Amino acid sequence: MSKGNAIVLFILGIFIIFLPQIITDNYILTIGIFIGINALVAMGLTILMGYAGQISLGQAGFYGLGAYVSAILSLKFGLPVPLSVFIAIFIASLIAVILAIPSLRLKGHYLAVATLGFGEIIHIILNEWGPGGPSGFGDIPPFSIFGYTLSSTGEYFYLIWIFVILAMTFSLNLIHSLTGKALRAIHDSELASVSLGINITKLKIKVFVLSSIYASLAGALYAHYVTFLSPSGFSLFYSILILMMVVIGGITNIWGAIAGAIIITILPEILRGFKEIDILIYGLILTLCILFMRKGIVPLFIEIWEKVIKK
Amino acid sequence: MTLFLQFLFAGLTTGSVYALVGIGFNIIYNSTSIINLAQGEFVVLGGLMMWFFLESLQLPFSVSLCLTLLTAAIIGLAQERLTIKPLLKKGDLLLMIMVTIAFSILIRGILMFKFGKDPYTYSPFTEGEPIEIFGAIITQQTLWVIGITVFCIVLLYLFFNKTMTGRAMKACSLDVKAARLMGINVSKVVMLSFLISAVIGAIGGIAITPISLMEYDKGAMLSVKGFCAAILGGLGKSRGAVVGGFTLGMLESLTAGYIHSGFKDAIALLIMLFILFVKPAGIFGKTEILRLRKF
Repeated sequence: MSKGNAIVLFILGIFIIFLPQIITDNYILTIGIFIGINALVAMGLTILMGYAGQISLGQAGFYGLGAYVSAILSLKFGLPVPLSVFIAIFIASLIAVILAIPSLRLKGHYLAVATLGFGEIIHIILNEWGPGGPSGFGDIPPFSIFGYTLSSTGEYFYLIWIFVILAMTFSLNLIHSLTGKALRAIHDSELASVSLGINITKLKIKVFVLSSIYASLAGALYAHYVTFLSPSGFSLFYSILILMMVVIGGITNIWGAIAGAIIITILPEILRGFKEIDILIYGLILTLCILFMRKGIVPLFIEIWEKVIKK
Repeated sequence: MTLFLQFLFAGLTTGSVYALVGIGFNIIYNSTSIINLAQGEFVVLGGLMMWFFLESLQLPFSVSLCLTLLTAAIIGLAQERLTIKPLLKKGDLLLMIMVTIAFSILIRGILMFKFGKDPYTYSPFTEGEPIEIFGAIITQQTLWVIGITVFCIVLLYLFFNKTMTGRAMKACSLDVKAARLMGINVSKVVMLSFLISAVIGAIGGIAITPISLMEYDKGAMLSVKGFCAAILGGLGKSRGAVVGGFTLGMLESLTAGYIHSGFKDAIALLIMLFILFVKPAGIFGKTEILRLRKF
């Protein structure tokens, strides 16, 4: 991890520790929790897209798998919550491996549609076979560990952001390691990477699995936080929202995932009064971002920052 | 047997729309190597705009039809000029995929703003008694849908094989560089391919809306199914998309009829994944050709 990243991570950590102390408004903390959950999913997709050059439109599938498996295991089978979360992640990553092996052989467009197909199949399965069908189910046990059950919004805020910071640390280390450099090479040119002796298929599978781990972890945490699940939150639109976060935040910088998550999570709160134009605004933002701000906010910010420092 | 026939005809009807969307995918893919994930939105656009001109503005049928097709053509053109053209030169695949998704959400957003979340429909093209074939009941609109699809296919065949412009487009699909050297205006071909795809998508929407209703968010699934139809027959092959579309429509309808209607959509997705994983070149496609593609 570079020095700059370590400093930013440290500042973020301090900020997270003190935020619930300063702000006691549950509404703002709840938004903070959802930013954390979305940031986790977006982080996985950023690594997959920005560093491995692969696209996934099926992140909602892994997110939904994580949520449903963990909720069902703890509710119907009485497993302790941390164990059910762990099993949910394990199952999601297993499915990711099975999906990755044939998918990642495919070229760009095919991969996009294959992952989209996977996500939609999961959505249909949740609708048809999930407890409660399309209307969903409740009474999911809240998160508890070592006999202590989390109850306040502040506690959940800490729980989720601990995972975000852990995932961030891991991701930053990964990117700056040899694996990360190999991943960058894949993004730039697959052919050159192969000729340098990089096993690109294996690396791509690893990253795809990592993105599924982040998404399913986020899903499981979400399930035990809201204690109610219905399939509607795990549709293709969620995958596209995550894609938006990655694009807006900046595909080439992992911090972009958090920046994008903040913007896209807060946006609907601002748009609350304009319920009928929200999709239009999403579409406009995404289109304009791709056309005119291709790099995304974080890399753009860094560019400006460096110019200011040089002057 | 009667029931089976009934399902078969229902499948042919929805299959027609998949075939039209699939052909749209192919036309654009052939000229640009892009999969336009906004393709399904044009079907929705066609159905909803037709309702708007026909029922809301009370215009005559032929005027409404022309205006709807004109709207679709303009939006198709806008998509190409505003979002595809500036990015095409960069050759960044990730970017191309995302921009078509972005445009699909844009269209969906506009449609939701204009029409809300309600489903819309209008009366069939012709009033009249349904026809009975071996006990299966077929409405006149079903015949319209299938007839229009066949008509479109014939028209496109003639266009691509008998007219100069059509042949220029065909040349581009074979080799863009060589086509350019022969003096073909490739940029115009790309523009035209988006226009044609938008219009035939809208035609599908106009024809199917009296049967299956239309709402703002149907586009994504239609795109996926149209894509499924296109790869079922081999991406880039129009004959393939037609066979693929009808096959998919019938399989879906049989699944809904004999197994469970909730899994109707899953069948298309499963077939798509199966083909992608086993033979991405499709039934008519050659794997070798696929490897030579830029994307």
